[in-house]
Amino acid sequence: MSVLLHGEGLALVRGGRLLFEGLDLSLGAGEALHLTGPNGSGKSSLIRLVAGLLRPDAGRIERADAALADDNLALDRELPLARALAFWKGSRLAEAMTAFGLDHLDQVPVRLLSTGQGRRARLARVMASAAPLWLLDEPLNGLDRDGADRLAAAIAAHRSDGGAVLAASHLPLADDWRTLELGR
Amino acid sequence: MIGALVRREVRRGLHGSAWLPVAFFLLVATVVPFAVGPDARLLARIGGGALWIAALTAALLPIERLIEPDQANGVLDQLALNGVAEEAVGAAKIAGHWLTFGPMLLIAAVPASFLVGLDGAALTRSLVSLAIGTPALAALAVAVAALTSGLPRAGSLAGLLLMPLAVPLVIFGAAATGDGESSALRLEAAVALLTVAGAPFVSGAAIRAART
Repeated sequence: MSVLLHGEGLALVRGGRLLFEGLDLSLGAGEALHLTGPNGSGKSSLIRLVAGLLRPDAGRIERADAALADDNLALDRELPLARALAFWKGSRLAEAMTAFGLDHLDQVPVRLLSTGQGRRARLARVMASAAPLWLLDEPLNGLDRDGADRLAAAIAAHRSDGGAVLAASHLPLADDWRTLELGR
Repeated sequence: MIGALVRREVRRGLHGSAWLPVAFFLLVATVVPFAVGPDARLLARIGGGALWIAALTAALLPIERLIEPDQANGVLDQLALNGVAEEAVGAAKIAGHWLTFGPMLLIAAVPASFLVGLDGAALTRSLVSLAIGTPALAALAVAVAALTSGLPRAGSLAGLLLMPLAVPLVIFGAAATGDGESSALRLEAAVALLTVAGAPFVSGAAIRAART
């Protein structure tokens, strides 16, 4: 089983506060890890650390190509959705837009999307990237029931294709996830 | 990805108010004869400097939209995840920014030169000087935008930061418009080259340091 994410002895200090230390983390193909913990326990920071956007204060981390869906939309507001998403490298863009039910929105400017539609667009970008490691920060926020089902289906398909998922969420996620609780 | 990023910068620059810096440039150049008076000889002597001050203020105008929106919107984070180095982002932004304001500013510099009493050989010299200098102005604008991105009152802070950094460029650039014999143009080119070569690294480090 190939390892897509491996971190050992990770420590992170933010704003003078130690969020975690001595954290070991490993994800292989087909695995999924659910980060839980109270607000401010460092879930999002750990996601950003794994993404390479933050540097650990101790420890080291190695990972395969990753795609991130977080709070930021990162799409040009004035462009139609399909063009805005096409800016990001995505070999499976058409497939991903269908998977998240965005087909009928492809000509709608990004600034007119609702919260939930924006959420779906972020997840579609992750799926389109064809990266083996998905990093999802609170993926269920703003999603309706249909959106959550589509996300669960996409994650299941991704895992059976040999991908891995690291998700931070205070809500329960569908299917079998390993759980890592931060801030105990 | 870099090509797409440059195209995106140009599209966003032209989509917004690309004419604004150029209009500002022409406006400043128009005000100079009013402020100095109609003495043609005096105007011609200070004309090159006036053009450079106009270009400098014009370069300052779009500074707040260069980096900050992309940082707030997560575009810079997504670029990093796509394996684009922050320095490459800086370089692409410089190229894109110059393409949206450099060529238009050069066109506007022709009427502006007449307004401040430069013509003939002096017009050519001012165009050459601006053609060499505007990429450096774009580079400075992007670097300063990256340094001030996300700070309160970033616009005024950027002005404070950019003006002193642009002094060597303005000295040699303005001198090169006035005198074809001296080596001012070569020195301007050297300063511009240094600025353009260094700015992507400054921008990249600033983008990385601003991540939270």
